[in-house]
Amino acid sequence: MSERTVIPFGPQHPVLPEPIHIDLVVEDEHVKEAIPSFGFIHRGLEKLVEKKDFNEFTYVAERVCGICSYIHGMGYCQAVEKVMNVEIPPRANYLRVFWAELSRAHSHLMWAGLLADAFGFENLFMQCWRIRETLLDVIEETTGGRVIFGSAKIGGVRRDVDNETLKRCAAKVASAAVEFEEIKKVFRDDYSVKSRLCGIGMLSRDNAWELGAVGPTLRGSGISTDTRLEGYAAYRDLSITPIVETACDSYARCMVRLHEISQSLDLIQEVAARTPEGPVFEKPKGYPNGEYFARLEQPRGEVIYYVKGNGTKNLSRFRVRTPTFANIPALLHMLQGCELADVGLIVLTIDPCISCAER
Amino acid sequence: MIPEQVIHEIDSTDLLERTQIMKREGWRLVQICATTLDAFEMSYSFTIDNRFEHFRLKIPLQQPILPSITEIYFGAFAYENELHDLFGISFQGLKLDYAGNFFKTSVKKPFATSMCVIKKGEAGV
Repeated sequence: MSERTVIPFGPQHPVLPEPIHIDLVVEDEHVKEAIPSFGFIHRGLEKLVEKKDFNEFTYVAERVCGICSYIHGMGYCQAVEKVMNVEIPPRANYLRVFWAELSRAHSHLMWAGLLADAFGFENLFMQCWRIRETLLDVIEETTGGRVIFGSAKIGGVRRDVDNETLKRCAAKVASAAVEFEEIKKVFRDDYSVKSRLCGIGMLSRDNAWELGAVGPTLRGSGISTDTRLEGYAAYRDLSITPIVETACDSYARCMVRLHEISQSLDLIQEVAARTPEGPVFEKPKGYPNGEYFARLEQPRGEVIYYVKGNGTKNLSRFRVRTPTFANIPALLHMLQGCELADVGLIVLTIDPCISCAER
Repeated sequence: MIPEQVIHEIDSTDLLERTQIMKREGWRLVQICATTLDAFEMSYSFTIDNRFEHFRLKIPLQQPILPSITEIYFGAFAYENELHDLFGISFQGLKLDYAGNFFKTSVKKPFATSMCVIKKGEAGV
């Protein structure tokens, strides 16, 4: 019997944009067990809700993560609005979806670039990030920020975007969508991409469900689910079809995200064309008293925001269950039995966001 | 359509049996969370199709113990280890126990106490 060795993976590793530590128990270059540990960037943000005014906390919620920042703020606002029975104006709902889909598209493009870089396709990495720049420019033009949008607000959105700007941004997104199709072809057809992803990091349909996987990780295992189908914000007016792949491997998860980029770019253009006229803010009255579990679709999958108010300016509890955290059991399962050289890629295929997971 | 929020109040002794029923019916475990009040208020969330429901139970702040549901939903080990490390809640029968090394924080059990106090005169403003 071969000797077992424990190899620490992370917190600093070339494929990891953020720190997670996994102890890999390996035998002959094969991983037998993966033991994770968190805490390198645990900031206790959920605890801050006891000190911050519930309105101010929107800014904290947006800072849970620097990639999907906007949807964190939006999800928190949506949960508090439900507790306070605030119906936000339709235009605000459309603007929220506009920014949420920009978040999804730029997050997936960033991930696709990192994946290409991880398997040594540097030019593909640069092309993905070049297109992402166009989307970041649109975000900057409409919100003033490129990482933190600062546009979520309980009762609506903090700023309006005039229709001319929306049209101009939609045109930029349309040209980015055309350029992206060229890049998608490379991911879809290139031999070296397939050789590094096909059949690697298998996660069966049953295991994905059993282990509580979410988002592209779940949809890449053949399960059709997407929280946007619930119809929150303006999604009730839009047609969403979950992107599903059935190969259950790293390539399937990659293709789900690539198709979702195209879907998001289409949605952005549709929303820009259909945004109704009207106000963008409805002032909430009083303090939140009650509780609500809000569920949204982040780029990485289903996210839960739980808020519990007690009738004062401070909430009793804010809890965010992020998609990366939900995908950890599935990741550990995928790592069992894989080759040591594939660990980095497999970890990337859940699109880990550790600052989200640790909060 | 956004599903109505349904919270079922249950006793901790019924947790395993009720969870078993959810598993048999095909519900997916979405999350487990605790809120520190005069007791730990636990929420177990499940989803199926367009339904989203929760179990609610309370356990004391001193020596909090719950049965682990990892025998039913193995993926719950992540939530139960997190609750152990951040809130100090123990789970009996936890199938994958990292023994306090899952969430490494400088302060042990940082969420076991709450600063939240209802101030008179602020309610209902």
